[in-house]
Amino acid sequence: MAISLTVNGTTHTVDVDEATPLLWVLRDVLDLKGSKYGCGSGLCGACTVHINGVATRSCVTPVAGVGDSAVTTIEGISQNPIGQKVQEAWLEIDVAQCGYCQAGQIMSATALLEKTPKPTDADIDMHMSGNICRCATYNRIRTAIKAAAGEPVKKEA
Amino acid sequence: MNFDHTASRRSFLKASAATGGGLLLSFKLAPLGSADATTGEAALSAFIRVSPDGIVTIAAKNPEIGQGIKTSLPMIIAEELDVDWKDVRVETADVDAEKFGVQSAGGSTSIPRNWDNMRRVGAAGRQMLVATAAKALRVPESELTTASGKVIHAASGRSLTYGALADRAAKEKAPDLAKVTLKDPKTFKIVGVATKDVDGPSIVHGKPLYGIDVSVPGMLYATYEKCPVFGGTVKSCNLDDVKNVPGVKHAFVVQGTIPPGEVGLNVGLSGGVAIVADTWWQASVARRTLRIEWNLPDSATQSSQGFAARAAQLAKQTPEVSIRKDGDVDAAFKGAAKIIEASYSYPFLSHATMEPQNSTAHFKDGKLEIWTPTQNPANGSAIITRTLGLAAKDVTIHMVRAGGGFGRRSSPDAMLEASWIAKEVGVPVKLVWTREDDMRHDCYRPGGFHNFKAGLDAQGKLIALSDHFVSYGKNGQFASMAMMGSSTFPAEFVPNLSLGTSLMPLGTPTGPLRAPGSNALAFVFQSFLDEVAHASGRDPLDFHLDLLAERRIATAAPAAGGAPVFKPERMSAALKLVAEKAGWGKRSLPKGTALGLAYYFSHQGYVAHVAEVTVAANAPVAINKIWVVADVGGHIVNPSGAVNQVQGAVLDGVGQILGQEITIAKGGVVEGNFDTFPLLRMRQAPPVEVHFLKSEANPTGLGEPALPPTLPAIANAVFAASGQRIRDVPLNKVFRSGAAA
Ligand code: FES
Ligand code: FES
Repeated sequence: MAISLTVNGTTHTVDVDEATPLLWVLRDVLDLKGSKYGCGSGLCGACTVHINGVATRSCVTPVAGVGDSAVTTIEGISQNPIGQKVQEAWLEIDVAQCGYCQAGQIMSATALLEKTPKPTDADIDMHMSGNICRCATYNRIRTAIKAAAGEPVKKEA
Repeated sequence: MNFDHTASRRSFLKASAATGGGLLLSFKLAPLGSADATTGEAALSAFIRVSPDGIVTIAAKNPEIGQGIKTSLPMIIAEELDVDWKDVRVETADVDAEKFGVQSAGGSTSIPRNWDNMRRVGAAGRQMLVATAAKALRVPESELTTASGKVIHAASGRSLTYGALADRAAKEKAPDLAKVTLKDPKTFKIVGVATKDVDGPSIVHGKPLYGIDVSVPGMLYATYEKCPVFGGTVKSCNLDDVKNVPGVKHAFVVQGTIPPGEVGLNVGLSGGVAIVADTWWQASVARRTLRIEWNLPDSATQSSQGFAARAAQLAKQTPEVSIRKDGDVDAAFKGAAKIIEASYSYPFLSHATMEPQNSTAHFKDGKLEIWTPTQNPANGSAIITRTLGLAAKDVTIHMVRAGGGFGRRSSPDAMLEASWIAKEVGVPVKLVWTREDDMRHDCYRPGGFHNFKAGLDAQGKLIALSDHFVSYGKNGQFASMAMMGSSTFPAEFVPNLSLGTSLMPLGTPTGPLRAPGSNALAFVFQSFLDEVAHASGRDPLDFHLDLLAERRIATAAPAAGGAPVFKPERMSAALKLVAEKAGWGKRSLPKGTALGLAYYFSHQGYVAHVAEVTVAANAPVAINKIWVVADVGGHIVNPSGAVNQVQGAVLDGVGQILGQEITIAKGGVVEGNFDTFPLLRMRQAPPVEVHFLKSEANPTGLGEPALPPTLPAIANAVFAASGQRIRDVPLNKVFRSGAAA
């Protein structure tokens, strides 16, 4: 069925079954491969996108439920000034190992900083614990979030 | 403290040792001729291209799985080539053993095998540019120096850029790699400088980079259902129902080629049902309608519970096979002032790479092309050619960045399945496993059971130690990575020692998981030695420094390519430094908070940890901080990547001890996703403070050796904090771990 979907400011019409998770529409229909498949069950956060600014697991979000809400993916997050800061901090701190989880981490971190511009360690723990990093870059993710929040960063190496 | 390498690792090392001179040169540089007419780029070798504006493109020869090798190997070339890193672009090499030698990621070998190679490749490029400049400037080469992509004649104040020289330099004879002149390491400008991952910008912007992102025109998507029990085949299934689901283009049974009784992900193609559709989601929806009746192998009766019961029986008997015997343990136990006995166990583990296994393949006109996030393309090519009956020259493999490896992607199963399916359907196909496929069809870190006994003399000195290791395997052969080597520490440091094993047949594939062998043996030996230290009434740090101070049994001369010799003085130095950094014995800690230490030698790296934990009633065990000192040689190629690797390896261990366990029931794996196999999360991740102790000249690898000491350091700290010894991991068998999803 034809479904209209607004992603990163552009409206598309896609012809998919309405139960198709948003993740697979983004990846395989719209060719936006930045959002990742990790678990398919809302357990890992690799597929995190923003729907009207709220961090959402796209692997368990049926595309028909998105309606005319604005979807933002990693490919569009630099249009958001906070998102851009987060991306810059991620590069500055050299966070990634394999990098596979990092799109989801960046989307969650951006959502955190939009609500909580100066997050404490406890805020970061609470907000980021839905995003698994199998390579366990957690020390650097924490540092990068603080750097993006404008806090001074201790050099580790 | 090392394990027996697998046959393939050993034979590689032998082969490369045979090339002589201590060099691991498995390739030669071939002259490549003149510049590319369209780009103006000139290739100095398969590794280096220089464009007229001085931009240097360097080929990264080995698979990138998150270990940072795509950045660090080109750094070494750039260093000796003498260019500025800002002028370097990196691209992944083609798979071509003649040009690039061995291209694999495993065993923390990429740096030790390639450190010298890559320096020579860079130096050869520099030499070609210098020779060209000497002719152009009509001066002897000896009067020329290089810096920042320029050849300089200081005497006349003239210089030429590499960009200007490259076209002519490419026509120079390729130098003999064994004879090129290398830089004095004191002058290094790139090696040793923290350098950001070359794919960082693509990662943070969500550019397609990974195997799962590959897109080939006309591509269909596949899912593949295999028997829950390894080696099972399809008896019957309802293909017609599946074919009726919208979007499905093909659905068929694959008989498979696993020889009966053989176990492992590289013994053949597993049987199953392939579903190919317009989109992966449609294939997945169709898969839900699938009803399969399986022919089950004998191992369908095996279970973790059954293995534990059998291991307890075997523990009461004499080991079937002796691994090592020094002195006379029985006599020493009789004469000992104190005896300590304890049994330990650890579970099967899954790799759970963040990116599930996948591969894209296209079979056309008798030729196969594959795009895959592999750690070992040669291994894949071998089994694909054998199974599909193709010649090696008709199989082209493209290495794609992998979303984690940890040893999982050394196995070629997904590549082989995609190739088979692509050959059936004749159009490009992308096979993507579900998370559940990935967790239930892994080559697991094998579980194991250790039964220890130790004897102390009246002075509290360790005089005898024995271990009966109940492991997996048959006919006296360990299952893959279920081994214990004869040099396992504290072998050689205890006068009376006996290591033996009894094996249980296993139908589930096992394989290398980050620091194979060591990741389990470190936990049991370093925990038991901590028990012995406490029983001796000594501080564990003093106990271990004393133990390391005296080698009681001479080391057997290492066979060519055998396990590297353990140098206890390097370990003692790491241990002393980590104790100092953590304030061992110097800080007063609140009740319920304590430190634990552990160390291990693996993959030629010397690593010591101190962990600080808090154990409080009604709260999960809190791991407050871990300090690490690693001695992996005299150079840390990329300090930024190195710290990241160490932190990752340590936190990998934290995740393992908190709650990871793969359970076998009815011959298959129970856990299927992160709810039941919990990976570490932000709130559980302690800070990891990393220090490098620079010792000897040549650097060794770092993807693995920082993991093994993590579990025992934590377990020893938990004992110090609570008096409760963790002898079975994960620790949520006894404690709250907070590891649930
Ligand atoms: S893929 Fe969506 S939460 Fe894991
Ligand atoms: S960087 Fe590999 S999963 Fe996070």
